[in-house]
Amino acid sequence: MSFPWANEYKPTNPLMQWMDQRLPLPRFVYNAVGAGYPVPRNLNYMWNFGILAGFALVLQIVTGVVLAMHYAANDKVAFDSVEHIMRDVNWGWMLRYAHANGASMFFIVVYTHIFRGFFYSSYKAPREMIWLLGVVIFLLMMATAFMGYVLPWGQMSFWGAKVITGLFSAIPLIGTPLQQWLLGGFAPDNAALNRFFSLHFLLPFVILGVIILHVWALHIPGSSNPTGVEVKQESDTVPFHPYYTAKDGFGLGIFLMLYCALVFFAPNLLGHPDNYIPANPLSTPAHIVPEWYFWPFYAILRAFTSDFLFIPAKLMGVLAMFSAILVWFFLPWLDTGPVRSGHYRPLFRKFFYALVVDVLVLGYCGGAPAAEPYVMISQIAATYYFLHFLVILPIVSSIETPQPLPFSITEAVLGKDDHATLAPATPAVA
Amino acid sequence: MVRLFGPLVGLFFAVALLWSFGNGAYNAVTQPTPPSAEALFHKHPKEVSFSFDGPFGTFDKAQLQRGFKIYQEVCSNCHSLKQVAFRDLTQLGYKEAEVKAIAKNWGNKAQTFDPKTGDRGDRPNLPSDHFPPVYYAGQGNPPDLSLIAKARHGGAQYIHSLLTGYVDQAGYKNEAGEELLKKFPDAKTPDGLYFNPYFANLNLAMPQPLTSDGQVTYSDGTKATVDQMAMDVSAFLTWTAEPKLDKRKQTGWPVLGFLLAATVLAYLAKRNVWADKH
Repeated sequence: MSFPWANEYKPTNPLMQWMDQRLPLPRFVYNAVGAGYPVPRNLNYMWNFGILAGFALVLQIVTGVVLAMHYAANDKVAFDSVEHIMRDVNWGWMLRYAHANGASMFFIVVYTHIFRGFFYSSYKAPREMIWLLGVVIFLLMMATAFMGYVLPWGQMSFWGAKVITGLFSAIPLIGTPLQQWLLGGFAPDNAALNRFFSLHFLLPFVILGVIILHVWALHIPGSSNPTGVEVKQESDTVPFHPYYTAKDGFGLGIFLMLYCALVFFAPNLLGHPDNYIPANPLSTPAHIVPEWYFWPFYAILRAFTSDFLFIPAKLMGVLAMFSAILVWFFLPWLDTGPVRSGHYRPLFRKFFYALVVDVLVLGYCGGAPAAEPYVMISQIAATYYFLHFLVILPIVSSIETPQPLPFSITEAVLGKDDHATLAPATPAVA
Repeated sequence: MVRLFGPLVGLFFAVALLWSFGNGAYNAVTQPTPPSAEALFHKHPKEVSFSFDGPFGTFDKAQLQRGFKIYQEVCSNCHSLKQVAFRDLTQLGYKEAEVKAIAKNWGNKAQTFDPKTGDRGDRPNLPSDHFPPVYYAGQGNPPDLSLIAKARHGGAQYIHSLLTGYVDQAGYKNEAGEELLKKFPDAKTPDGLYFNPYFANLNLAMPQPLTSDGQVTYSDGTKATVDQMAMDVSAFLTWTAEPKLDKRKQTGWPVLGFLLAATVLAYLAKRNVWADKH
């Protein structure tokens, strides 16, 4: 779908006309990310992060495919093959650092994208499907990143794989057989390493497929915007190209500078030193921690230290950790307030900022050793996390009085909209 | 449905968490965990600076050659360096003939196996060989040193501190003035281990390797104090862990310069495109 005033693709070059009549791929691109896609004119820089996430995925696929040409997925040689890439493959060190830090940048960008969705309630009707597909993408990303971290077969790779697959053993009755089936053995071994490599190669392309659905679903209602007021007229929009290609180009430049600063000047800043020690099943690291982007969820997992009712603490932790993400699927039906944007929801906004702080605290505790006071802090923070989504949001969206919305996007940008005088006196609610 | 069950699920997790919190708080009050000897007496690495620190830092080849000499004469008795090949030593400024000689004269020989006769033997190392394995019969398990600088928090600073940090355990006090053996009489270093406050659990199997000034004779005239030798071998082990460090930083600056220029242009282009829309 598009707005009636969208530019139409009219190729002048005979070759492109010939192409358009047989396989209208250029037309498809033109309507998706070209001049044929009208976009609200008031998007701020928070709307750069979708494109940046797509860019990060392409970076990961390109660097990853080349790394796979030199890597050997065998537990006897995997560690040494990574060092071979670092030392003897031409520019191999750059490829590997680009891939490892690319994963971190991907998560930084996607977390920003998700929290932008929280603040502007981008999940609300009619955009629920975009949101649901986004959560699916995030889950696939987590699985992919976890399996990728196992591949160098260092100490954290091995023990991370052991802890994470060990989560499945918490499931009653079938847990332990399930864990052994997932690993192909009693502990992470060559079988596990091989299947993780296979899946780590496959899943990015599955993510790419779901991203196509995500963008398709986006183009049905069109992009949301910082006011949360829907597009009403042509003056509310600008064509994606050149307006947002230009704006995204600038955002991409900033992204690449941060990324390259990491790759070339602090490539191991976000990694753990223990992963430069070859995997040793007989020597447990003092602190087993996942990569930083899993820390908030790792803190929730470890926050359950006592059995509750008849449920073992470990099972509670596993349930809570998965629920912490699955709850996002229900957001469109938990937050039912009519107004979208946090700019016009003063009460909601306070709780949103509390959530941001809460997740940062959880992240800090997840990276810290499993000792006091970190466990007690993460218990309080995890309590707020669940209450925020499941109790506070439904209540806030029922009781809050939103501030008046602008009549239109045009009015929000220019301060006046000539069409506004023709509209009914009551403020339009999106 | 969601608005009915959602709050119930939320309260379920909240109560379970507060139950864990309550139990934890109760235990913390009734049975507080005393701090361990490691927590109170472990020291963070000394702040020393190396030529390769910071975004502009590069390796000092003369220092790397001195460090290699320490590895050759001291460390290599117990520690292997299997990720590094003799040919890599040309990066330290050695000529090819020198590398050939170093490989040929290396104490441990390259292992050979003749599949026709089943005979095992050895031959002198070639520049294309990696440093050979080291067989060690004593107590402990000396780690391979190729990646040690990246495999420990603190990197080169940690190695320097560990090598210069051996002290007598008797009478050892931390910065708060507490005496280790008075506070933790059970923490006495067991026989066969050596006390070093920079090591994670305070006792390690490696005896002090750099014991006296002049233990190694430097060919470039540098005075071989224990501190100097520790600095040099820490620099050398940083090179073995990250041989592409110089090239990485040299590549990074033009890349960032290009990106900065491109980003400025992109910003100006964006302003130009948007000029009539604000």
